[in-house]
Amino acid sequence: MSHKSVMPGFRPTIGLTVLYLGLVVLIPLSTLVFESFKLSWDDYVHIITSKRVLSSFQVSFFAALIAAAVASVFGFITAWVLVRYSFFGKNIFHALIDLPFALPTAVAGIVLATIFQPSGFLGRLLNEFFGLQIAFKPIGIVIALIFISIPFVVRTVEPVLLEFESAMEEAGASLGATRLQVFTKIIFPNISPALLTGFALAFARGVGEYGSVIFIAGNIPYVSEIVPLLIVIKLEQYDIQGATAIALTMLVISFLLLLIINLLQFWVRKRSGQL
Amino acid sequence: MNTHSISHPPAKGHGAKQQQALQDPNWVRWSLIAIALGFITLFICLPLGLVIYQALSKGIEAYWTALTQADTLAAIRLTLLVAIVTVPLNTLFGITAAWAITRFEFKGKSFLTTLIDLPFSVSPVISGFIFVLLFGAEGWFGKLLATYDIKIIFSAPGIILATLFVTFPFVARQLIPLMQEMGHQEEEAALSLGASGWKTFYSVTLPNIKWALLYGVLLCNARAMGEFGAVSVVSGHIRGLTNTLPLNVEVNYNDYDVVGAFASASILAGLAIVTLVLKTLLEWKQTSR
Repeated sequence: MSHKSVMPGFRPTIGLTVLYLGLVVLIPLSTLVFESFKLSWDDYVHIITSKRVLSSFQVSFFAALIAAAVASVFGFITAWVLVRYSFFGKNIFHALIDLPFALPTAVAGIVLATIFQPSGFLGRLLNEFFGLQIAFKPIGIVIALIFISIPFVVRTVEPVLLEFESAMEEAGASLGATRLQVFTKIIFPNISPALLTGFALAFARGVGEYGSVIFIAGNIPYVSEIVPLLIVIKLEQYDIQGATAIALTMLVISFLLLLIINLLQFWVRKRSGQL
Repeated sequence: MNTHSISHPPAKGHGAKQQQALQDPNWVRWSLIAIALGFITLFICLPLGLVIYQALSKGIEAYWTALTQADTLAAIRLTLLVAIVTVPLNTLFGITAAWAITRFEFKGKSFLTTLIDLPFSVSPVISGFIFVLLFGAEGWFGKLLATYDIKIIFSAPGIILATLFVTFPFVARQLIPLMQEMGHQEEEAALSLGASGWKTFYSVTLPNIKWALLYGVLLCNARAMGEFGAVSVVSGHIRGLTNTLPLNVEVNYNDYDVVGAFASASILAGLAIVTLVLKTLLEWKQTSR
């Protein structure tokens, strides 16, 4: 411990921080790890490789992957438009991007389910013109996760786009590059680490998302049942072991994703010259 | 933020061609704006509008009756109680943690910062589940709690604990980067002039961080009032007793009480809009500082 600062209050503040962190976060989280020690390896494998659990992981991962990809494309365009162009109502538009952060997930869930259900506003249109049903199908999960993903992508790409040096574009232009070349060879490669970070953040959030999904998903086992819901179902059946095994697997995956995201953010800062 | 400004005009002669390479053609510009606006309208404006439309679908009176139902009022009270307990606690923690992390050098500092962010990467359902493992009937302290007849799970304390966990990082993660960037020269000056630690904090640190602090509190409060997954696992969904507003939305929706569900949802949507407006104002304050 080398705190030769003249600042007062190291001991009380660090003490309180560690104590509170321990009580509110670390001890509760560690129960999951200790609880899983009660399971033998064979039990664990048996639970995780059951068909229903595997399909739920498949549903959660694919839905989150597609949603994060779609949100990345449209989120990038949105961030681009917000940073580079000016148009009427831009400020309101800008503020609305964060709505998925501010709106409780249960509200998002019932609203999206109402819009996309077969009798709903968009559900009816899509059904009549394309014969497409969204609610109560896996694609409904994707829709809910796109909603959740938008601000992650926009808010990660926006600051990098804002700080992007126009000198680099000018250099390209003066060397005779076309607009398309300036974009594909200069702008996009510089923005892509941030875009990838936004994608990863959206994906990580999407895999664990619960409230906005369960209303629109239909929750059919093997088809549109997500992992968090399966944990709830196991818990309601008093199958603590099953819930523990699934939850622990989820937790490990989340931490791996967190690690990847931290590395990505490190890469972004390094590229943009902040390190 | 205007159209991307170019610091100096390119030299005459090949100016026009260079200019073309620096600006998006008009048709690209307008199609991108149209795509972005269309996407945001579909995914954000439409859902927001629908909450109000559905809540009022059977008239203002039906809306008002749904809002003033005993169960809804109880849900509002419980939601307020949860926020009143959790937000101040996490604010206090956020300030202490930010002070310890940004004002001192010690081993394991970046690890501690990572640990503070941990709740953000845990699925809400797992955030509730861990408290069931601790305090549920079959949980570690289940028997002990039963002998003293204390209820945590399926009751308000469990809801408060789960919310405390979920909203834990909000204030700290707003303050840490700002206080890091501020440095501590101003505080050192105050201390060397004989101000006490508390006095330094109130008169030097607090005025500098107040907008970021408010911003963190705002986000923390929005999540505390709106959390669904974690709370849903520990609550037990007992009408009039352990339903917060988001849970009331779910219960009413599952009972096909559309007006009831959307009436509760409209309060939460209103809260989200107020949060966004205040957030935008605070962002302006922060950038103008």
